[in-house]
Amino acid sequence: MLPMLRQILRTGIVSEPAPDADEALRATTQRLSDAVLKQLGRALVIRHIDAGSCNGCELEIHALNNPYYNLEAIGIKFAASPRHADLLLVTGPVARNMEVAVKRAYDATPEPRLVVAVGDCGCTGGIFGESYASCGRVANVIPVDVSIPGCPPTPLQLIQGILAAIAPGKSET
Amino acid sequence: MQLLNQPIDLEPLAEHAMLAFAARVNSRELLNFCSAVVKADRRLVALWGSDERDRDEKYGYAVHVAFDLAEGLVCLTLPLASENPVFPDLSLLFPCADRMQRAVRDLTGASAEAGDQRPWLRHANWPAEHYPLRRDTPDARFASENENYAFVRVEGDGVHEIPVGPIHAGIIEPGHFRFSVMGESVLRLEERLGWKHKGIERRFVGMGLGDGARLAGRVSGDSTLAYAWAYCQAAEAIGGALPPPRALWLRALLLERERITNHLGDLGYLGNDVALAFGLMQFMRLKEDWIRLNASLFGHRLLMDRVVPGGVAVDLDARGAQAIIDQCHALTVELRRLKKIYDEHAGLQDRFLSTGRVTPHLAQRLGVIGLAGRASAQHWDLRCNHPCSPYDRLEPKMVIERNGDVAARALVRFAEISESIHLIHRIISDLPPGSIRNELRSAPGQRGFGWIEGWRGDVLVALETGADGKIRRCHCHDPSWQNWPALEHAAIDNIVPDFPLINKSFNLSYAGQDL
Repeated sequence: MLPMLRQILRTGIVSEPAPDADEALRATTQRLSDAVLKQLGRALVIRHIDAGSCNGCELEIHALNNPYYNLEAIGIKFAASPRHADLLLVTGPVARNMEVAVKRAYDATPEPRLVVAVGDCGCTGGIFGESYASCGRVANVIPVDVSIPGCPPTPLQLIQGILAAIAPGKSET
Repeated sequence: MQLLNQPIDLEPLAEHAMLAFAARVNSRELLNFCSAVVKADRRLVALWGSDERDRDEKYGYAVHVAFDLAEGLVCLTLPLASENPVFPDLSLLFPCADRMQRAVRDLTGASAEAGDQRPWLRHANWPAEHYPLRRDTPDARFASENENYAFVRVEGDGVHEIPVGPIHAGIIEPGHFRFSVMGESVLRLEERLGWKHKGIERRFVGMGLGDGARLAGRVSGDSTLAYAWAYCQAAEAIGGALPPPRALWLRALLLERERITNHLGDLGYLGNDVALAFGLMQFMRLKEDWIRLNASLFGHRLLMDRVVPGGVAVDLDARGAQAIIDQCHALTVELRRLKKIYDEHAGLQDRFLSTGRVTPHLAQRLGVIGLAGRASAQHWDLRCNHPCSPYDRLEPKMVIERNGDVAARALVRFAEISESIHLIHRIISDLPPGSIRNELRSAPGQRGFGWIEGWRGDVLVALETGADGKIRRCHCHDPSWQNWPALEHAAIDNIVPDFPLINKSFNLSYAGQDL
């Protein structure tokens, strides 16, 4: 136990301040009311779905939970079930073999079910495009609120995009 | 030239980064050669198919089988009839060939004459007779459907099934695992993969030789260096242009950095899977430090697109070299402390030891390779067995463990990080001067092979150009093809809650095998 405590003390706190939301990444105007956003902003739960990525985006999503980015410290955490999620974080072009699973996960997510498409592939289909095996971008399969480009996007860009999904913006009506 | 006393005239392939041979064979010669390979304790590397009807009306398909022999890489090509193309079932000799054969059938329509005939990459989302790698197959789209796959059922009192996936409970790639369990104990695990199949091999067709590297570097993102280097080796063999020496040494530097990146992440997650969150946080911190230096020196955290046909896209100056050396020293100190903590943590060792065991005998029968193979006493490491430049000068030490359990796979990772740090020091001190990139030319109607030991195991790229000098066929082979079946065996008799730990200790690629 002692060596572990010593290592923790030696490491100290390395967490860095979170970046601000990048509103430019939003695909639609904010559809949630300020009251809902205020609730969500303090405890956002994400379900990650790999719909067919090369797994590069996953490496950077993993990094969100490392001590530097420490996503949980700003109230954002990952859940194992879409039923517990406020937001789906979807990577990859949607492989045709994953299309049914992605739609089912979306249906299983309670409202407001925000969707953030991650990476060049999630935003446009990327280098894989559309084919017999690929449905292309995430928005071809489920509605998308925020798109975060990059191959892969860095952890900071990911946080900026996730925060954009819950940033108070101009409501549609 | 003949090998293994087989009457096959093997043609040595010129301009390759490794010793490579190729020949056309008939099915009897292929089977005899396979038997001789098994007898010589060598192994099958990859198996793939192609459509050649534009070249040969009668024998319009071909299946290609690559082997790892003591002398180098051997690729045998078996021409198949245009009508009803079938090839001999090799899965009795090489169990890992089973899924590769099913993939060949899904993509080209050429099928093994016996063995498992269930589809593998096709999940009922396009028609059975739509073979994407046939040249006359149109670019079509089909509606997705839910597949009813014929899993093997385990019958008996008290046996029940646990289906898991394709979407898993975590930040993981999709795949389906079907457990048949009795109480907590796993009787049988059957994997159903292919969910991420996105048509990469068809996508390659018609691309420029230089452009393919970007796509190859995205077959499995965590191994982007290994794929890009293997692809470039193949492309450079076709163009007959070796990169300058400095570029090869820089590629090795980047490849060893990729190995360390992934090993650090895995050691963290192995700790996390036995409820030692301390381990996850410490190793994730080290990994983040490591890849931040990638970003500042080479411009990309995961090193994508840094290896390019003809050389590398980034150079290293004296300041950068010093930063890497300083980082290696710091990591060595941290690693020693953390290894001691892992070694002495009773709870962690209790979960690691004897869990998910693949004995050396079983590993040899199944043809387990790469990191998981070396943890089960399988001496496969291209950097040692068939060293390309600069590994012939670096002479890496192969890390071998015998226990084949989660603990052994963790130990291999610890030791390989240390060995890679040692290699990085050697590379930086002996880095040759000069340019970092030669111009790549394409040549029509040529074949080239690339073969690189990535962090997970060896990656093979088999590349061929058409009459226009563009890509005619590119097959990328991930070591996960060999090791996924071993995971099914490793899970047997373990309890279900240990499966995530066992799975993590292999950390196989879904994207790499789904293509």
